[in-house]
Amino acid sequence: MKYIDQELVVKRMNGRNIVNTLFKGLFLLATLVSLLFLAILLYRIGTQGISHLSWDFLNNFASRFPEKAGIKAALVGSLWLMAVVAPTSIILGVGSAIYLEEYAKKNRMTAFIRTNISNLAGVPSVVFGLLGLTIFVRALSLGNSVLAAGFTMSLLILPVIIVAAQESIRAIPGELRDASYGMGATKWQTIVKVILPAAIPGILTGSILALSRAIGETAPLIVIGIPVIIQFLPSGVMDTFTALPMQIYDWSSRPQQEFQVVAAAGIIVLMVVLLLMNTVAAIIRNKFQKRY
Amino acid sequence: MPFAVERGFHMRPSVQEMIAQSKGKKNKKIIEKIIPIILFLIASVSVLTTIGIVVTLIVETITFFTRVPITDFLFGTTWLPFSNKEAMFGIWPLIIGTLKVTLIATIVAVPIGIGAAIYLSEYASETVRRIVKPVLEILAGIPTIVYGFFALTFVTPVLQSFFPEIKIFNAISPGIVVGIMIIPMIASLSEDAMSSVPKHIREGALAMGSTKFEVAMKVTLPAALSGIVASVVLAISRAIGETMIVSLAAGSTPKMDGDFTGSIQTMTSYIVQVSKGDAGYGTTIYYSIYAVGFTLFVFTMVMNILASYVSKRFREEY
Repeated sequence: MKYIDQELVVKRMNGRNIVNTLFKGLFLLATLVSLLFLAILLYRIGTQGISHLSWDFLNNFASRFPEKAGIKAALVGSLWLMAVVAPTSIILGVGSAIYLEEYAKKNRMTAFIRTNISNLAGVPSVVFGLLGLTIFVRALSLGNSVLAAGFTMSLLILPVIIVAAQESIRAIPGELRDASYGMGATKWQTIVKVILPAAIPGILTGSILALSRAIGETAPLIVIGIPVIIQFLPSGVMDTFTALPMQIYDWSSRPQQEFQVVAAAGIIVLMVVLLLMNTVAAIIRNKFQKRY
Repeated sequence: MPFAVERGFHMRPSVQEMIAQSKGKKNKKIIEKIIPIILFLIASVSVLTTIGIVVTLIVETITFFTRVPITDFLFGTTWLPFSNKEAMFGIWPLIIGTLKVTLIATIVAVPIGIGAAIYLSEYASETVRRIVKPVLEILAGIPTIVYGFFALTFVTPVLQSFFPEIKIFNAISPGIVVGIMIIPMIASLSEDAMSSVPKHIREGALAMGSTKFEVAMKVTLPAALSGIVASVVLAISRAIGETMIVSLAAGSTPKMDGDFTGSIQTMTSYIVQVSKGDAGYGTTIYYSIYAVGFTLFVFTMVMNILASYVSKRFREEY
């Protein structure tokens, strides 16, 4: 008795191969869709906005007239925002990561904190806006200041920084730690002088990527009531301000066609800032990160 | 030079002396005790944030329910908060609007995302993977405000040129763009799940004469199913919570019908609409954004918990 009918196999093989090639093409097409979309998006916004991009655009305040509208307040405002978000989120994120990786015992409390961090990462950004509005803007009466917005954004990107810092601390081999203890160093000395220096490239890369998410976030800023039309630069963290994505949102939602060009120019500025941050992150990752 | 050695020796304390000295320092012991406590307090900020979100949403939502009966909110089918005569707060039109956008996003993203994942894990060479993965990362890093602008100024006009009945604000264009936004999430998480299926299982099937397509469909996909389903659920959760794309391109008309071509309103875009205007502190409209935010929070939380349940419960271990 024949288990395999050779003729039948040969007869079917052709069809199976055709199906295989067909689907390989379809899957390739699916992969290319994202690439194509990215290309169209960048080309379209680039050609739309480039005509409005000039030194005046970077150096003018917002205006009712599209040809005079500039992005100075928003650009400086975004830098102020980062000046609050970067130290707050990195201190909180790295501190949490050190605790979880080095000190936390394997108990329910630790498991709870870990689950909580991953859940927090899934909360929509607009909900963080509601938290910021209630706690920072109203309860602590910080108003719509740089500080209130900065704290809100810091909490938003906190889970990302914690996870990145945890991963880079975990990647440091045990021998380094053992050697430090062997030399008589205490736990804290080991963390400060051995573990953190070795983990800093990874932590910085993760933090910069998280900050680049914060610089593009719009929804929480709208919810906590950050204004758009501002004719001055903030002089401290308690001043009100506006930010790049807020300004872009305002220009995009105006009905006049001319403002869409201004919005596209604003997007180019935002994308250049993001590109710079990502390049710095990539350089740090490639140059300083050691593989053990 | 014995003299120099001797002199150098006398200048520095010996190692033993240094250890003895440093053991005597009190503040070092205190530091070792205080640091873990400080770090624990820092680590609890994330827990406090969650508590803060939940308490804030619940307290303000309860205030809202003292003015609008909870049954009107949960079972009402009209959302007319700005009406001068009688404001109506039935949440369903906002939920329907959110689901319309999410449905289109899912239809766009699931086949493309999983298709790309299969290509990357089963067919692609190392070179292709090295090019495509960073592009997906770039796509995932583009701010949603940029996607929103693109939906409003490019995708909608293009759709209108094919289907003139589509209005300037509609559910289809933001749905498609939200879908494209979540493709990288589905593609990279599904690819991770499929890549972690051990090679020998695949090779076994190939040795039996399967084509690559048959291996993907009958071996890899079933083995990685829990991870793929989890990635889709997470992506849907992201789509539900997406704010800026719908705020710019979907309009602000809460409605119950099955129309996708006209203006709609989602939960997130309602919160933005109210925040943008000057709904005075303490008005019913002000509290309504918390009730809507709470509903949104519950939706995304359920999806996130479902995703982690699926990936834990149905994971195939090798």
